[in-house]
This record gives sequence, C-alpha cells and structure tokens, in this order.
Amino acid sequence: MDHGLIFRWLLFGEWRSHLLQAVVVITAIALGVALGYAIHLINTAAYNEFSAATKNLTGQSDLQVRGTQAMFDERLYPALMARDDVVTANPVLELDVVVSAKQTERSDNKLKILGIDLFRAMEISPDLIGMPAEGKPLDGLSDDAIFLSPAAMEWLQVKQDESLQLRVGTQTINFRVAGGLVRSRAGQRIAVMDIATAQWRFQHLGLLSRIELKLAEGVNHAAFKTKLTQELGEYYRVTESADQETRVNNMSRAYRVNLNMLALVALFTGAFLVFSSQALSVIRRRHQFALLRVLGLTRRELLQQILSEGAVLGVVGSLLGLALGYVTAFIALQYFGGDLGSGFFKGVQPALFFSVSSAAIFFLLGLGVTLLGSAVPAWEAANANTAPALKSGSEEMALKRLARPWPALLCLGLAGLFVLMPPIFDLPVFGYLAIALLLIGGIALMPYISTLFFSMASTWNNTRIYNVIAALTLARLANASNQASIALGGVLASFSLMVAMAIMVTSFRESVDDWLEQVLPADIYVQLAASGDQGGFQLPQQEAIAAIPGVSRYDFSRFIKLTLDPGRPEITLIARPIDATDPRNTLPIIGNTVEPGLLTDDVIPIWVSEAMVDLYNFTVGKQVRLPLRTAGPDTPQFIVAGVWRDYGRQFGAIQMQLSDYQLLSNDLNVNTAALWLQTGTTAEQLMASLKNLSFGGALDITQSSDIRTLSLEIFDRSFAVTYLLEAVAVVIGLLGVAASFSAQALARTKEFGMLRHIGVMRRQVLRMLAAEGGLLTVLGVILGFVIGWGISLILVFVVNPQSFHWTMQLHLPWSWLAIVALVMVVLAGLTALIAGRHAVSGNAIRAVREDW
Amino acid sequence: MLKLININKGYADGRQVLSNLSYCLNNGEYVAIMGDSGVGKSTLLNLIAGLDKPDTGEILIDDVAISSLDDDAATRLRREKFGFIFQAFYILPHLTLSQNVALPLLLNGVSIEAAEQMLVAVGLQGRGHHFPRQLSGGELQRVAIARALIHRPKLVLADEPTGNLDPDTAHEILMLMRTEIKANGASGIIVTHSKAAAATADRVLVLTKDGLHPAVLN
Repeated sequence: MDHGLIFRWLLFGEWRSHLLQAVVVITAIALGVALGYAIHLINTAAYNEFSAATKNLTGQSDLQVRGTQAMFDERLYPALMARDDVVTANPVLELDVVVSAKQTERSDNKLKILGIDLFRAMEISPDLIGMPAEGKPLDGLSDDAIFLSPAAMEWLQVKQDESLQLRVGTQTINFRVAGGLVRSRAGQRIAVMDIATAQWRFQHLGLLSRIELKLAEGVNHAAFKTKLTQELGEYYRVTESADQETRVNNMSRAYRVNLNMLALVALFTGAFLVFSSQALSVIRRRHQFALLRVLGLTRRELLQQILSEGAVLGVVGSLLGLALGYVTAFIALQYFGGDLGSGFFKGVQPALFFSVSSAAIFFLLGLGVTLLGSAVPAWEAANANTAPALKSGSEEMALKRLARPWPALLCLGLAGLFVLMPPIFDLPVFGYLAIALLLIGGIALMPYISTLFFSMASTWNNTRIYNVIAALTLARLANASNQASIALGGVLASFSLMVAMAIMVTSFRESVDDWLEQVLPADIYVQLAASGDQGGFQLPQQEAIAAIPGVSRYDFSRFIKLTLDPGRPEITLIARPIDATDPRNTLPIIGNTVEPGLLTDDVIPIWVSEAMVDLYNFTVGKQVRLPLRTAGPDTPQFIVAGVWRDYGRQFGAIQMQLSDYQLLSNDLNVNTAALWLQTGTTAEQLMASLKNLSFGGALDITQSSDIRTLSLEIFDRSFAVTYLLEAVAVVIGLLGVAASFSAQALARTKEFGMLRHIGVMRRQVLRMLAAEGGLLTVLGVILGFVIGWGISLILVFVVNPQSFHWTMQLHLPWSWLAIVALVMVVLAGLTALIAGRHAVSGNAIRAVREDW
Repeated sequence: MLKLININKGYADGRQVLSNLSYCLNNGEYVAIMGDSGVGKSTLLNLIAGLDKPDTGEILIDDVAISSLDDDAATRLRREKFGFIFQAFYILPHLTLSQNVALPLLLNGVSIEAAEQMLVAVGLQGRGHHFPRQLSGGELQRVAIARALIHRPKLVLADEPTGNLDPDTAHEILMLMRTEIKANGASGIIVTHSKAAAATADRVLVLTKDGLHPAVLN
C-alpha cells in the first residue's frame, strides 16, 4: 500500500478546504513554542552571562575563603600565604559603592569596586589588572587611581584621566580614572584599584571580602577544603567555583523556572486548541474516515494518518516557533537586556547562544503537545464503528466518551492529592502537575456539565416560554454539547489561567501592600550611601538625627549580611528595636510565637522570615547558632521566637533586638533611621532639617509613602511580562474559538439550509448562532472562573510558598474579572455570529443537497 | 463465492432483524435484494462486508469465514475483494475524481494508472482533475462505480445506488453498473426498493423476517 501518497492526498485535500484551521493550529503552536523558547533563551543568556561575570571576579583560583559576614580580618591573609599547600593567596576587598552622580537613581546607582593586590592578582586574576596610561606605570599602586571596565566608563560617561566621585558614608571621595582593565566581560560594570587604597579610602582598614587561593600541585582540593574549613572555624566559609555556580543558580532558579512555566502556559493552551481543532476535524470527517475504513484502511493505518496530519502541523508550528522565539529573544536582549523585570540579572549584557539541545527540547514540546492534542480524536476515529459512522447524524456520538465524568473526576482527585506533596529540589513540581490536572479535569467536565445545564434549560424553555429560536438553540446545546464544549476548550484553558493569574497577582499585590504598611510604620526613612556592612551612622550622627526638632520617635536599624550555606545566597540579619512585650506590634508575625514570658536569659530571641523555615529549618522554638562574630569569647545561643512575613528578601532574613546585637558585637553603627513626625511638623520640614545637618548631603531620605509607591511600581514591572504572556494565551484561546465556531458553522451548512427551507429566516439563524456562542461562553466563563479560582489557590498556597518561600492572603479582583468575562462572552458571541454569516450566505437548496 | 449459513443478528434493544438466514451466491452472479424498510437489508450488507458481526452463523467469502477474522484481516479482505456503491455516493470532497477512483488501488499497493481509464469507462473522460463539487448526482455515482470496480473486486455491494437519482439517470447508472460488474467478472448484490433497479439483476430476492426468498416482479 502506498501510504505516502494516500497521506499526502488526504492531508493536502484537508488543507485545501480548511486552510484556516490548519493556520490557526500552526499559529497557536508557533506562538506557544516561540514564547517558551524566547523566555528560555533570554533567561539562559542572562544567567550564563551573570554566572560568567561572577566567575570572572574570582579569576583562576582553586578555592576562595570568605567570612560568614561580608568582611573579615585581614590577618588571615598572611596565615594562609605561609602555608606550604598554598602557592598564592590573593586578598580582595569587594564593595558596591554609590556613585555621586547617580545617587538619585536608587535602583541602579552602585559601582562594584575590587581592591586587589596587583602582584598577587597577576597570578590568579590577571584579567582584572588595571592598564595604566603610558608613562604612568605606578598608577596601579596610586592612592587616587581607579581603573574602569569599558561598560563602567560608558555608564558613568567618564574617560581616562577624568575624575570620578564616589560616596562613602557621609563623605564624597574623588578618584582619577587611570585607565581600563586587561579584560572584562561585555556589559560588566566593575572598577579596580589597589587594595590598600580601597581599604583606606572606603574606611575598611584591616578588612577583606575574600582571599583567593591557588593550591600547590598535587594537593587534593576537596581534602584541603575540608581541612581548612575545620581549621578556620564557624566564621569562615571555604568555597570553590562550583559553590559559586550553585549559589548563582539558587539565587534566580525559582524565578526562572516560574517564568518558564508561565511561558509554557501559552503552549499548554495551544494543546487544548489543537485538541479542539483536531476533534472537530475528526467529527467533520467522520463519514470520510468511515468510508476509508470500508475501502480497506485498517484502524492502525487510520490512526497513523490522523496522528501524522497532527504531526505535520506540530513540526511546521514548532519550527516556526523556534525561529520566532529566537528573533524575539534577540530583539528583547538588544532593547531590554537580559533582565525581564526580576532584578536578578541587572548590569549584564548577555549574548544569545543557539543550543541544539534546547531548541530540540522546545521543538519536541511543540510536537508533543500537538500529538497529545491529536491523540484522543485520532483514537476515537480509528475505533469508531464503521457502519453507523457512515450515516448522517452520528457526529455527536463521536466523542460521547468525553461526556463521561469519571476521567475528569479522577484528574481532579489526583490534583487534590498533588497539592499536599512537598517540593522537589525546592521546586513546586507537584504544584504544577496539580494545576495541569485541575485544568484538564475541569475542561473535561465541560461536556457533562454543559449537557446537564442546557437539558434543564431546554426543558424549562419548552414548558414555560416556548420560543422556537430559543428551543432550537437550547436543543442543540443540550444534545450536541460535546462538539460545542470542545470548541471552547482552548478559550476555557486560557480564561481559567487568566483568572488564576489575576487572583494570584492581586492577592500578592494586596498582601505586599498590607505588608509594606506594616513594615514601614514611620513617616520618613533615612540611610547612608551603602558600602558593605561597614560604615553607616556612627554614634554622633545618630545623636544628631535624634536631636532634630519635629521628630516624635526614632528607631535605628542595623543590616548585616550572613552566609549560612555557601551554596545559597546570603541572608540578612536586621537588628532593630522590637516590642518585647508583643513582637506583633513591630513585625508582620504569622503563626505561633514563643511567648515573651517563656524566654530565658541564656538564649537570645530572633524572629525569622518564612524562607528561613523552608531553607534552614529554623522553626519556632528551635535553638540555633548564627555565624555572627561576637565581641566576647562565648558563642551565643539563639531561639526562634516567631516567624514573620518578608516579601523583600527571598533568601531569608532574621530580625533581633538592636540592643542584643550591639551587646554581642560591640558594633554601634546603624544603617537606617526610621523617624516619626511630631504633630505639627510636615515631612517636608523634617526632610529640610535633615538636609541641613553637616552630613545632610550624603543622606538618602525617603518618605514611607514614596517607598511604598516605588515598591508597588517594581512589583508591577516584574509582573509586566506575565501579563504579556497571559494576553498571548487569551489571544490563542480566542483564535481557537474563531476557528472552531467557523468550522462548526460550516459543518452545519446543511442544517441551516434545511432550516431556511422550512421557513426560518436568515437573521433568525444568525441570532441562534450568536445565542449558542454566547450561552456556551457564559457557561464556559462560569466554569473557567471556578477552575481559575482553584488554580489560584494552588498558586497562592502551594506554588508561591514552595518557590519563593512566602505566603499571602487571598484577594479576588471582582470588577476586573467581571470585565474580562463580559469581553470574552461578547467576543465569543461575535465570533460565532461572524462564522455563521459565512455559513448561511450560501444557497439553501444547494446546502441541503451537499452530502458532506 | 459467498455463502451465508444460518445467520442471526439482533440489536442491543432486543430487535431481531435476521433469523436463520442462509444463502449462496455464485461467481459472476448479480442479484438484487428487496424488502421492507427496517427488515435488515443494509445490516446484511454490513455483515457480508465484515463491518459488523453476526450473533451466530457464518459468512464465507471464497471459503474464508469473514466473521471470524480480526478487524485488520477483515479490512484487508474487504480492500482486496469488495467494491462498494452507496446511495449517498460518499466521494471524498477534497480529492480529485482521479484520486478518489485510485484510492482502492493505492490501498492494495498497485499502480494507479488505471484510474483515468476507469473514468473513461464510466463516461467521465477528461474529468479526472475535477473535484466532486463540480459534478451532478449521476456523475458522482459514476465515480463511485469506477471506484468500486477499479481494483477488480470479486464482489460489488451496492446499497440503494440510485436512491438519489432521477429515473433516467438511475436507469443509465444501473445499466452501467451491470455492464461493468459483468465486464469485470465480479459478483454483485444490489439492495434496493426500486423494482426497476431490481430488474437489472440476474435474480431478485426479497428479504423478510423468514429469510431470503425469490421474488416475482410484475
């Protein structure tokens, strides 16, 4: 048998007559693949570049020694240098320093500065050596020289020999741009200077950020790492490049995975569209397939035929999607950089990289989705009873199995089970599976619910207000609900997901808003240009701020970075005054706490963010140790007294009493001052008074309302991409409705011709079609809302806590949902009407004569 | 060629349509089956074609029991030895006439060159590239006849082949069918309500609930 020729004849024959449907399916798959692939390319490019830039800073060292806090004593350096198993040790002071000229651009005003030992760096990180101008070979050791990467020069708009002003605490210091660097990555904004200069000028005398080690030949790295870790004790971490990579990976993984999953929503919606399109095509061609079976095509050959037709659409759609995705990613990287709103990949200039394996994965995803969408219709067609299938009127029988509720209920049951499962590798794998099952189960219930609902409506109409058009509409919907429900599959999927995302984003936004109100109780917040853990307000400056007239209350806070696990990003320790009698007055506490009366003197209470519970198992009541350098000889014991909600620090934060911290560390500096206005004093007056202080020019003063506005703006910006992805999913869904309705209307040409014969007017037929489309969409919207609400519960209570380690309260955006629902109903009704106009435009006599 | 031995067939709703039906069709024989609506004429054709299975009894095609074959084997037997003509023509709308006629050849894995000749034989010379929508009802049934005979089947089954045609066209089609079936050396069974159509057969049988009986046409 010549399979190829039969396949081509049937395929091209189908395409010739129903090109629009083929185009819609190809478009849906292409858009889904393109979005997923583009997001993947952008994220991968940004991540790789960010990772490479991070690696670039540590050069070719074998191991790095870091403190559990941002800085440690430089006396460790000669001790390491003196070891036999260490060939070279390279001390580095790394600081993020505010550029005076950029001070007002709060989100992007810091320059990374590396203080290096020129002679040691030559051996370990030669790329980071400054290139002095001709005739000035000693600039590398000069106390006013700074070397900038090309990206930093471009960003700061400075050239060689020009001056650059940087902020350190309350002071401004001047540097001379002495030249560029030997080599830096494109887009990497860094500055290099002599380490002694950096320590002195940035007030970090005697401190280092890390020491990079080159080990002697034959030294076992792993064994040395273990040995050194033990020798250095709990305040140091010995890391290698792999730890760095894990750390960078952990930092953005949840965000990247979630964005990729969201991008695949469009493809998932496309799968429903493929299913509805293929199912309707199979129903329409039911007689043709039956004839082919009569003529001698076996079930397997028919199954192959239909699946191959789907595969061709999948191959074309996926290839187009890959090309479109690549172009989209290229344009996005050119114009927007690699940061898609998350803030993780700022300051890198990633280059697009084509990988055959990732392209193949997305190609197979597109193809797989198409085959999955084609599988059920193909199986049904191949297993149809041939003799009845040849007769007219058997179309609705085609997908009768779909109306059975059990498979749908099984999916829903499994979804219920999966939401109880824990994350896998910190990712909500079962959460996503539950969402997929809930969506599939919900949509699979549509024919059953549709039959039930419209049968009741039809009976009601027939017994009370008999109207022929209403009767025809309801009878069709009640008795041919499978086809109609299938038509809605794509739009139901996209609407459900849109509802789910809207509820999740609103819940998140409202929760963040509430949280901001709770964590920003003061009127004005003042801080100094940051430079690592050092600096901040010293005691005289704190006193000066406290003495300003018009301040009714003031609180100072200290922020310290701590590394608990070298494979994870640093956590933040916040020391501030906390209401000892009831910490809920200060912190957004959730759940149980250790009653203040039960705390003993030998343990220090700390309150941890939700991430600390998930990532480090810091549960309420647990006694823990923190790698915090203390002034005394004893290692203090801490107790987790409560858990608080923190939307600001995904990787974990701990709060403790400022007094406890100061007693432990002897560090009396603070980073932030929170000021409450006295009655009668305006914010503007207080801000003016602060500016008039001797160090007023160095202050970063913000009203809490501005912080709140800015935070919500950042929130909206970070979700902008998700709105775009959702919009594409909805367009794909509507495209599916258009294609399905028009296909159905065309398939019903004969029925319309008959109705015209018996006296139904053309406008009545159109009204009937619009009513069918509208009523079905109303039911779809109701069901879509229920499914979407269910999915939003999974997103809010499973996916978000497991991905980002924070919980939130549920908020429903009723008015927005009502508007979208209305738009969907109107659009679907219009689509049905437009499709119907074409179907009833033909000759009624000819229509009833047509066989198939 | 075809033997029906004690065939019984009922439906799920309890309705019995065929009871102890036996019949033997010889090679080259062309018979017409008449009978009231619902008596089981189309069911009988479906059983013969292997599209349905009898509750009891055997159907032998060249001594092969088609009812005992699995679906694939029955399909292969059908594609090789049967030709079908339907009342509603069932011509694939998106294939040209040549392609429609050539389908059985492709399914049997033989050259499709004969398709054009077959179209000439049924009076559709030069129309091979046309699509079904460009044809009248009579012309469509000619295509169906061409498709039914192109692969030289041993048995042609026709279910009300002229039910959709006017009397003149119907007569023309019936004569063409008979001529082509005879020319190809095939056997034929035509199920019809039309006495005129039945009259073109070698023998006319009436299907009743008691079985197949010879009919006398006025």
